[in-house]
Amino acid sequence: MLARLAASALVLVLSCAPPSAQTAETPPAGRKSGFDYMGPDSQAMQKDDLSNPGMLGVLDGEALWNAPAGKSQKSCASCHSDARDSMKGVAARYPVFDEAGGRPIDLAGRIGQCREARQEAPALTREGRESLALTTYVGHQSRGMPLAPSTDARLTPFRKSGEALYTRRMGQLNFSCAQCHDDNAGGHLGSAPIPQAHPTGYPIYRLEWQALGSLQRRLRNCMVGTRADAFAYGSPEFIELELYLNWRARGMEVETPAVRP
Amino acid sequence: MARALINVPSKAKRGDIVEIKTLLSHPMETGFRTGVDGALVPREIINRFVCTYNGEVVFSAELFPAVSANPFISFTTVATDSGTLVFSWTDDQGKTQVQTAPISVE
Ligand code: HEC
Ligand code: HEC
Repeated sequence: MLARLAASALVLVLSCAPPSAQTAETPPAGRKSGFDYMGPDSQAMQKDDLSNPGMLGVLDGEALWNAPAGKSQKSCASCHSDARDSMKGVAARYPVFDEAGGRPIDLAGRIGQCREARQEAPALTREGRESLALTTYVGHQSRGMPLAPSTDARLTPFRKSGEALYTRRMGQLNFSCAQCHDDNAGGHLGSAPIPQAHPTGYPIYRLEWQALGSLQRRLRNCMVGTRADAFAYGSPEFIELELYLNWRARGMEVETPAVRP
Repeated sequence: MARALINVPSKAKRGDIVEIKTLLSHPMETGFRTGVDGALVPREIINRFVCTYNGEVVFSAELFPAVSANPFISFTTVATDSGTLVFSWTDDQGKTQVQTAPISVE
């Protein structure tokens, strides 16, 4: 129902917009976080660690970080000790090139590798509570740092594919990400402001979800809005899109865990 | 046990009005939603919140299914004496979670 409403609103809004000019990356000075498009109440909620519900995920993640698990009975802390030092800045450069897989891997994927191969514990489900909590906890250690995407040249073709996905029209409504987030950023879709789509605060606490969720969940929402068949969690397409989005947002401040409407 | 974030000023002057904020991690399942199998997900909410200050109730609330997940409750009280604030959240099963915070009043 909601999706249908959003879709009809979207046709209205975008049909009034001028025909799509060539899409261009926003220059650094004009970059705005989703935070800047929120009302003062939601901003206040994000800024106060004692009212930001995402901080409950950080606490959950901290407990998991220190809990022995799997056949090894090792905790994350057994190998990485204090996350405040060892994980500082890590999230700001992900996704990175994974030697073993021969392709990029995102933070949740890397945490999953440590969990299975090093802790010898059962795999975590993407978007499950534990995976989100650990990713939020690790991501939080980069809060306030600039996004500094890995410059590994082996990532270039994957980032290019991400850019191609970003500009490709998709779904029954036939929109590309760029048509909303570059051409119409700052406009509205129904009552929701269209942000520039900078992935600065993930995992986020989204008020609509009443829960923490990953960037991939956010992107699936956008894809469903265009009535496209959303990529699967953990799919190569999502990691390529993330590579491109992070590149596009390089230098912006990490906010994890951000609050979003 | 669910996690809670509690914000109580650690120090206050006698007679000051102090603001207290609490955030509890809880799904607040309404009982009106259906799961993937089409069956109703059973209701499971926090239905009562109480705060006592040195044994005396200073704030209490009944909660209903329309309250969002991870309920945030904020209220004020007057700083009278140094001591302890005790917060308790009770769910539909009758289980109560208790957390405390000290306050020092000069
Ligand atoms: C029809 C317009 C539209 C299209 C197409 C669209 N989005 Fe969005 N997107 C939105 C709106 C509107 C929001 C904000 C929603 C809200 O605040 O509830 C959003 C939010 C986002 C965010 C969250 C930003 C933040 O601050 O956390 C990201 C990232 C994003 N979109 C990426 C994408 C990508 C990648 C695609 C293509 C796969 C895409 N979007 C396609 C409209 C669109
Ligand atoms: C047995 C030791 C061990 C355990 C237990 C372990 N890790 Fe690791 N972890 C490593 C090693 C070694 C690396 C470096 C791998 C590499 O560089 O290829 C690593 C890499 C990482 C990275 C990437 C760091 C970077 O700079 O890119 C993250 C994030 C991470 N681990 C998180 C975790 C989490 C979360 C847990 C617990 C669920 C965990 N690890 C458990 C040994 C461990």
